[in-house]
Amino acid sequence: MNHTDVEVLSDCSIRSIMMATGNFLKNRAMSSAATTSPSVDKVDGFSRKSVRKAKQKRSQSSSQFRAQGKPIELTPLPLLKDVPAPEQPELFLKKLQQCCTVFDFIDTLSDLKMKEYKRSTLNELVDYVTVSRGYLTEQAYPEVVKMVSHNIFRTLPPSDSNEFDPEEDEPTLEASWPHLQLVYEFFIRFLESQEFQPSIAKKYIDQKFVLQLLELFDSEDPRERDYLKTVLHRIYGKFLGLRAFIRKQINNIFLRFVYETEHFNGVAELLEILGSIINGFALPLKAEHKQFLVKVLIPLHTVRSLSLFHAQLAYCIVQFLEKDPTLTEPVIRGLLKFWPKTCSQKEVMFLGELEEILDVIEPTQFVKIQEPLFKQISRCVSSPHFQVAERALYYWNNEYIMSLIEENSSVILPIMFSSLYRISKEHWNPAIVALVYNVLKAFMEMNSTLFDELTATYKSDRQREKKKEKEREDLWKKLEDLELKRGLRNDGIIPT
Amino acid sequence: MAGADGDDSLYPIAVLIDELRNEDVQLRLNSIKKLSTIALALGVERTRTELLPFLTVLNVYFEYCLAVLSIIYTIYDEDEVLLALAEQLGNFTMLVGGPEYVHCLLPPLESLATVEETVVRDKAVESLRKISQEHSPVDLEVHFEPLVKRLASGDWFTSRTSACGLFSVCYPRVSSTVKAEIRQHFRTLCSDDTPMVRRAAASKLGEFAKVLELDYVKSDIISLFTALASDEQDSVRLLAVEACVSIATLLPQEDLESLVMPTLRQAAEDKSWRVRYMVADKFSELQKAVGPEITKNDLVPAFQNLLKDCEAEVRAAAANKVKEFCENLPEENREQIIMTHILPCVKELVSDTNQHVKSALASVIMGLSTILGKDNTIEHLLPLFLAQLKDECPEVRLNIISNLDCVNEVIGIRQLSQSLLPAIVELAEDAKWRVRLAIIEYMPLLAGQLPLTKSLCRVVVYAIREAATCNLMKLVEKFGAEWAQNTIVPKVLGMANDPNYLHRMTTLFCINALSEACGQDITTKQMLPVVLKMSNDQVANVRFNVAKSLQKIGPVLDSNALQTEVKPVLEKLATDTDMDVKYFAQEAISGTRFTLASLHISTKSDLPF
Repeated sequence: MNHTDVEVLSDCSIRSIMMATGNFLKNRAMSSAATTSPSVDKVDGFSRKSVRKAKQKRSQSSSQFRAQGKPIELTPLPLLKDVPAPEQPELFLKKLQQCCTVFDFIDTLSDLKMKEYKRSTLNELVDYVTVSRGYLTEQAYPEVVKMVSHNIFRTLPPSDSNEFDPEEDEPTLEASWPHLQLVYEFFIRFLESQEFQPSIAKKYIDQKFVLQLLELFDSEDPRERDYLKTVLHRIYGKFLGLRAFIRKQINNIFLRFVYETEHFNGVAELLEILGSIINGFALPLKAEHKQFLVKVLIPLHTVRSLSLFHAQLAYCIVQFLEKDPTLTEPVIRGLLKFWPKTCSQKEVMFLGELEEILDVIEPTQFVKIQEPLFKQISRCVSSPHFQVAERALYYWNNEYIMSLIEENSSVILPIMFSSLYRISKEHWNPAIVALVYNVLKAFMEMNSTLFDELTATYKSDRQREKKKEKEREDLWKKLEDLELKRGLRNDGIIPT
Repeated sequence: MAGADGDDSLYPIAVLIDELRNEDVQLRLNSIKKLSTIALALGVERTRTELLPFLTVLNVYFEYCLAVLSIIYTIYDEDEVLLALAEQLGNFTMLVGGPEYVHCLLPPLESLATVEETVVRDKAVESLRKISQEHSPVDLEVHFEPLVKRLASGDWFTSRTSACGLFSVCYPRVSSTVKAEIRQHFRTLCSDDTPMVRRAAASKLGEFAKVLELDYVKSDIISLFTALASDEQDSVRLLAVEACVSIATLLPQEDLESLVMPTLRQAAEDKSWRVRYMVADKFSELQKAVGPEITKNDLVPAFQNLLKDCEAEVRAAAANKVKEFCENLPEENREQIIMTHILPCVKELVSDTNQHVKSALASVIMGLSTILGKDNTIEHLLPLFLAQLKDECPEVRLNIISNLDCVNEVIGIRQLSQSLLPAIVELAEDAKWRVRLAIIEYMPLLAGQLPLTKSLCRVVVYAIREAATCNLMKLVEKFGAEWAQNTIVPKVLGMANDPNYLHRMTTLFCINALSEACGQDITTKQMLPVVLKMSNDQVANVRFNVAKSLQKIGPVLDSNALQTEVKPVLEKLATDTDMDVKYFAQEAISGTRFTLASLHISTKSDLPF
């Protein structure tokens, strides 16, 4: 593992990142942009009959592969505050060991007393690590990690992935949350405690631990994912030796998500963490990070459920471009490659993200991609879906983008002209036509000579295009004739 | 050989390549799909020297230039175009000049096999596997095998996953030194540090084991299998379960216990439900692969556990296999095993909390009766069937009804009708139309098996309401015209006065189906008056169906009735205000005249029957 990782984890907390992404969303003049989400019909990849269509919709689930049966007995221990200070560390360890016992929460009636006992013990432990001093002996580390592992690491239960729409349906909540929450709470306090020493903890919080932690991000319970986010962020911050490993495993999760299953509940949370990680990348960027951008983040745009994590994804992308503007070209080309073909909602999201990118683009980078970029924008402007057309036409309200267009009007105007001219006459939606007139007017003011020229040649250009079309058809016809003729003349032309 | 043909020079490669480069994706896609046409136009020589190198460049999305830390794009293309390309190239052998030259297809396919998009990559691998068969053994070693090696040691995970699918096609045809190398590469990929590659390797493990010599299966494959089956990721472990089937088939019986069973036992108790699900899903295959002895000692308890698993997914998968598992048990103590070990679990599943578990069970449970014989079925299974027939979940009821025939074979009609018929009759009034539909679909079958009872008639009446006309005909054929006249016809005709026009139309549909089977007498005397009366219906849909019915029953009627009764009504309908009624009335008139003519010629001799 690379222990000399120089990058710094930005100190802005997760909270502020969430705010940043939130603002980011508001900043884009979404106006009437799509608010309805595409139905997220995710495929588990894992062939399974959808077994949970049960009409009594379970709101809770838990999958501890447990031995059925026997009631659990824990011997009550005295409160930590009731014993003399020197005995406390010993008692602390005993309590940690007791809390390793895991209860069955699906059976709501079993072990009620013991469940309550464990809950109060956990509460006590949370308070204890927050306020106490000198409790963290070296022996405590393995016990803490053991207790946390016993409680949080489990195989997640089967999900309703076939029908579950995270934007519509209530998520399935974790049944054992009353305990689980306190365990997470305890662990975070432990990691944040002033006495916490990563040099000792790294023996126990290792790669295997992190791997299991990452798998939990697939939890359907948003409360759990929220805690996990904080936990992972703290671990990333404190354990330099695990950073590269964590990034790599997140890579793998994303790649599997994009190319294999299209199902993972914690993408947005992981992206949020990455947002703060990227923020702290040292310059110049390592090849590994660029590869992550181009080969993982960009393909994430292809996923059907993009709407669920698009804000966080776009934030990460813009972070990268602010770090290193030379990445603009590959990013925009990547977006153009994965431009949605059939999903208008996604197209609107892409246009929003693109505007964010254009907001920070350097003029030298703009020149490099303006041609393919505006070919796409010209297609969007003439989209019959008015939200797409409208979102694209809003670019002309953005002063910075306008200034870029103006500087390069001789290139952009010819690309845009024919679609603008056509929709100004043909589009069904009057609002779009009005917007198009404004854009045409702006172009006319920018470069009236070119504008007049294009207007004059519009007709002949169309005719030329038609002729070319015809030529292509003829070519293919000739080729087919040729193939036919050969087939007829010489059946044995292909050696067998 | 073509190539010097004058036509070819008309199409310089530049023009064709221009087409492949067209800005419009659709056009690009079209031209890729016509790649064979282009190749044909170019002739084999130029295809090899000019077209293929171009295609190799075409699919390079971006070349990562780490040295200068900048990213250089050549032609990046839509995955859809690349997919078409990958598919085309698999059929290109003849177009580049036959097996002798097939290796020149490798470079473009190699770069396609490294593309991120899984669909493209898989297609490229499929094409590579296909053309590997067309390589001579020498070419395979000189050209194909190095490609596999390059992919296997590629930087990015995509090429390594692709390599996994290519080992097994070249292994049998190369020298032993190269074989050793291939085995080494496969070993490396099985412990790759990206889970994607390990998954790819695990999914090809069984296939690769099949082409290996037995000694290497024992020495190499088993250790890889054990390692993959205890991988940290459950997505890898579950693929090892699949491989288990092929591996167990390859090994001699005496080695199974020591080499395969520990891993299989562990998988059946894996902490991840996905792995246990996979074991349940593959249970019959596993059972066949390990043989009767191990099945008896090991798989029976494992299967019991799966049937009692805490996850419904696993229970449902296991429930699906109950019948197959029982069928494949060793004959000598099959009954004893089922009765003491399996049946108690099955009984519990009948009242499972999850409906999918119950419906999975319901779809196979009837099959147990053939295995257990008459007495056991009556004593132990019938109560379960009855419980499931009354289950609150319609799918469960449906699955039971759909499998009634196999029980009948075992316990005989009397027993079946006594015990199950009341429940079935109840289902004919089920609230779920799918259940009613299933009953109707099974009606002729039931009728064949059950004695004609009053309750059956009630079922038939419901069938009529559901307009199951085609089944109605079969029933009448079975029980005769007299039965129809007494039981069905009155019901049918009664519906002609129903306030709901859909039911009135049902009358017409039933008459269409019944007239032929009932014969001229009943049709003319009982059905025709009703039909004629309905020509005055308020609803146009009913009226034009009257026209259709008249045309349909025309052949069965005698010519007198046709002339005096049918014709005036049709003529009246032909002047109806509704367009459709007019149209069908006119159709009927022209159709009926034709039958009139034929009736005159052949008199009455060719009536139906």
